[in-house]
Amino acid sequence: MKIERNAMAGTLESSDCMVTVEPGCGQVELDLESAVMNQFGEQIQNVILETLKRLEVEDVRIRVVDKGALDCTVKARVECAVYRSIGQKDHLPWGGAIR
Amino acid sequence: MRNAVGREIPDEILRLTGKEPFQGNCYKEGVEYRKQGPIVKPVMDRNTSKLVSSIREALIKCGAHDGMTLGFHHHFREGDLVVNMVMKEVHDMGFKNVTICASSLGKAHDPLLEYIEDGTITGIESSGVRGKIGEAISHGKLKGLAIMRSHGGRVRAIHTGETVIDISFIGASTCDDYGNCKGIGGKSDCGVLSYSFVDGQHANKVVAVTDCLVPFPNFPADIAMTRVDYVCVVDAIGIPEKIATGAAKPTTDTRKLMMADYCTQVVINTPYFKDGFSYQTGVGGASIASAASLAKIMEERGIKMGFAVGGMSKGMVDMLDKGLVGKLLDTQDFDLFAVNSVKRPNHHRISAGAYANPFNKGAFVNKLDYVVLAALEVDVHFNCNVVVGSNGVITGAQGGHPDAAQGAKCTIVICPLLQGRIPAICTDVTTVTTPGESIDVVVTDYGVAVNPARPELLEALQKADCVPLKTIEELRDIAYSIVGTPKPVQFGERIVGIIESRDGTIMDVVREVK
Repeated sequence: MKIERNAMAGTLESSDCMVTVEPGCGQVELDLESAVMNQFGEQIQNVILETLKRLEVEDVRIRVVDKGALDCTVKARVECAVYRSIGQKDHLPWGGAIR
Repeated sequence: MRNAVGREIPDEILRLTGKEPFQGNCYKEGVEYRKQGPIVKPVMDRNTSKLVSSIREALIKCGAHDGMTLGFHHHFREGDLVVNMVMKEVHDMGFKNVTICASSLGKAHDPLLEYIEDGTITGIESSGVRGKIGEAISHGKLKGLAIMRSHGGRVRAIHTGETVIDISFIGASTCDDYGNCKGIGGKSDCGVLSYSFVDGQHANKVVAVTDCLVPFPNFPADIAMTRVDYVCVVDAIGIPEKIATGAAKPTTDTRKLMMADYCTQVVINTPYFKDGFSYQTGVGGASIASAASLAKIMEERGIKMGFAVGGMSKGMVDMLDKGLVGKLLDTQDFDLFAVNSVKRPNHHRISAGAYANPFNKGAFVNKLDYVVLAALEVDVHFNCNVVVGSNGVITGAQGGHPDAAQGAKCTIVICPLLQGRIPAICTDVTTVTTPGESIDVVVTDYGVAVNPARPELLEALQKADCVPLKTIEELRDIAYSIVGTPKPVQFGERIVGIIESRDGTIMDVVREVK
């Protein structure tokens, strides 16, 4: 999937995260900031990268500001931001690329 | 050397402090010691005036010097102005290497950061710290070791002479020109002066700081004139609305209400719930809700509480109104209802020493049946952490937690399983502040765990079938299954603080955060 324009999903509320995506320069560039960086930074990073891989996004600049979100929330916010960036609102692949 | 809660206490720290590692709650039972007395400057001449015109004059007259230790209380809580006022003067006069021995420090004391950075303050002894002071200590800005000790532990340290207070500044809501201090009345009304009783008895110099000078004699006095060297009248010692807040709104958070219900069920289904039982609780949402539902059941069953002890708030005052509790033994007032109730019969003001000092001949906490406490983290050994955040930064206070927890026959800790993504029930707490041997029951929103050391409590709760019982390991596993297994915080090498146990041994050390 190719990121076409800047898009955002999520909030800065506690237990949520805010994800921003924009077209990249040929690779996945992740900027992660988290309230629980010490304890869960690596785990959050893995979830983000796995989700992008599943969505076949290989060229993106993605920024995640995490306020202690659970993995399922992080995943959902990344998916939402990516589909917003290509303007797709209908026929989302529930159970397919979106899990 | 590994201590009784499995924490490694480095030899250099034992050498530096002359302390022993923690060896169990009753290690010092019956061990005699001689109580340290203060230096007393007699006042015999009737023409001697105790009034001084400024904090600076008080400091000069008390012989302020580099390396001195100053005492403070925290009854004005987040509205306290005394500590900052005195420390500004100490700083402006150029004193260095000063140690602050306060019953607690909070966000109100953020301005002290500057004095920590410039070497005015190099030592802090407190039940805990929050805000910028906590961050400063955790980032290694304090030159000396921070010592975190419980309310009872502070009294013990002063009694044994481990801490000698050169000058104590006692903020007094009302005071007369000869030093009779009360926590009652005036514009900065805090109700009680419990934490400063020991300063009155043991500090070498005692300065009463007040914004309400009243005619002699201000009686009955909390701190008597016989213990006070100087009286300093200032414009304001506290910000009234921050000293005692209005009553906390009853919580509507279903998670807290559920934990409150579990807590109440634990109390009424364990063997100590009978007429004349004793109780201490805090001011967290779940604790307040639990006290209210407990009161209802007490009314229904005709069971009365003998006494309640510790910090007081509206819930306890209501119980006194309804005749549900015999006596309130008050060490701190959290809201205006408690402040205003203090003058009534059966609402007694007690000292922090009578409340919790482990080294007197028996404190009130020893007579507790139940105490309901909170915690930042509880581990599978039932050890609790109430001082250091899961990110490794000091951000809380022991208060009377270790004191009441050890004293009570049934110590209940209420703690939501998860705080955001942080599992509050974990394999090992970041820092041990209260040992697992003091903790009997842990109440979470996912179930209740009983310390295996208390099979009779477990049996009682199993029989009553009133709460979802889990093992503490099960609770941890549920937490980790939701959020994942947290990585331990990466600390630096330098030790910036120690957690002192009630008896003065070392419970744990706090390292610099990376």
